[in-house]
Amino acid sequence: MAFLDKHKKIETNATLLLIFAFLVVTIGGLVEIVPLFYLNNTIEKVAGVRPYTPLELTGRMIYMREGCFYCHSQMIRPMRDEVERYGHYSLAAESMYDHPFQWGSERQGPDLARVGGRYSDHWHVDHLINPQSVVPESIMPKFGFLMNTMIDGKYVADLMRTNAEVGVPYTADDIANAQADFAAQDDPNADSAGLLKRYGEKVNVRNFDGKPGVSEMDALVAYLQVLGTMVDFSTFTPDASR
Amino acid sequence: MSNGKPQSHGKGKGEVETTGHSWDGIEELSNPLPKWWLYSFYLCILFAFGYTVLYPAWPLIHGATPGLLGYSTRGAEAAEMKAWQAELAPLQQKLVATDIAAVKDDPTLLQYANSSGAAVFRTYCVQCHGAGAAGNATGGYPNLLDDDWLHGGTVQAIYTTILHGVRDPHDPDTRPAPDMPAWGQTLQKADIANVVQFVLKISGQTFDATQAEAGAKVFADNCAACHGEQGKGNQDMGAPNLTDAIWLYGDGSQAVITQTVEYGRAGVMPSWTGRLSDADMRSVSIYVHGLGGGK
Repeated sequence: MAFLDKHKKIETNATLLLIFAFLVVTIGGLVEIVPLFYLNNTIEKVAGVRPYTPLELTGRMIYMREGCFYCHSQMIRPMRDEVERYGHYSLAAESMYDHPFQWGSERQGPDLARVGGRYSDHWHVDHLINPQSVVPESIMPKFGFLMNTMIDGKYVADLMRTNAEVGVPYTADDIANAQADFAAQDDPNADSAGLLKRYGEKVNVRNFDGKPGVSEMDALVAYLQVLGTMVDFSTFTPDASR
Repeated sequence: MSNGKPQSHGKGKGEVETTGHSWDGIEELSNPLPKWWLYSFYLCILFAFGYTVLYPAWPLIHGATPGLLGYSTRGAEAAEMKAWQAELAPLQQKLVATDIAAVKDDPTLLQYANSSGAAVFRTYCVQCHGAGAAGNATGGYPNLLDDDWLHGGTVQAIYTTILHGVRDPHDPDTRPAPDMPAWGQTLQKADIANVVQFVLKISGQTFDATQAEAGAKVFADNCAACHGEQGKGNQDMGAPNLTDAIWLYGDGSQAVITQTVEYGRAGVMPSWTGRLSDADMRSVSIYVHGLGGGK
């Protein structure tokens, strides 16, 4: 153990200390992070998960801007009590196009990973404007101001380009039609054939807040209504090793 | 303390070796660690190694080591779900196999359906229909305690509504309920004011006789197709009865009725098929039917 007596050398030499500290941290990183990149079972192969539509992606940004994740998680853990309440436990594949993911760690409010389709648009609008009007015991703040900010999707193509940069498979076609798809999803009378062709037949096309024009409320409700609804669970085989 | 020295479990300077470190003349004594602490520390290290052998831990090329116990969170969840399902299977299978209208004749089944239906209701239904199922007229969420039903109040009808929802855009079998149009776009202001007076009249509230008379024709031309000539509603279309004192939206005052006529209404209830099991949907139907207003 003679080399253990030499620590005075490291402790009195800042450069050497830095090099060794870096080595130790690197080993930790290699062991914990690198396997996630090559292990086949990190992200399950399931059908159905698609990138967000321009309107949903905008809603996601509003969700993050308003800090919804401070109180709402989007991660149903594999435990019976959670599965009975919220639905099938979350899969890694479901947040593979989320940059950053919204798993969260706080549950002042309920988990939202599978809130899509569980309530009507009308309920979401009522609830966001005044949560206590539908859930009297709720401590959620009011978000009615989202109704007042109209948005036109002018920058949504840039947002999609940024997401494409970090691995979301938006095609050139998706990005070129971003603003048109943005408007089409909120208008049941618009021509949404292109939108459905690009993002699938299951996309919700309707006026989410019931008022003319696209407001931030429309975008947020469009996002909430798609959460957890994409995966086709018939293509999911539970892997016992995880 | 009596000899003036600081109280310490270790020995002082001169009584014990130093570590050999010296910074600006300050030396570090080499007192041994307390034995209980040292052995707990060694035990923790041993425990950590044992843990990584028993539970999934070390990353390899094709996945992590599974661990000798073969534990996985998803496996544990699946096993627990299976155990509960096995326990409830006899009752649930019987519930699914029994005609829903006949469940009330089987006390065991009825008791199960009511308890599990109440749990389902508390988890999935209270957000709109309220904790006591009294609905919420400000948002147009129907009261389930009264005997005024939009789509039928038999247990079979309630079950169908839960199975497929109302105006659910993704369920082809959803309750066929045409939206109430926004008449503000097609009718004159005066016609709307008149027909509102007519609705006030048939619902037994105070009304303006002249306006109501003019409104009767507007009603017959535009509203009777869904709400019926007498305004008694039509459950096949989910059109509310306008002659009683029960209101889906607000308190039935002139202001709310005017708003409804001008801007229209189209309440949506999601379809629960796929989200809830058939047994759960039957249970909650029976529970709702038993709340007081069931037919």
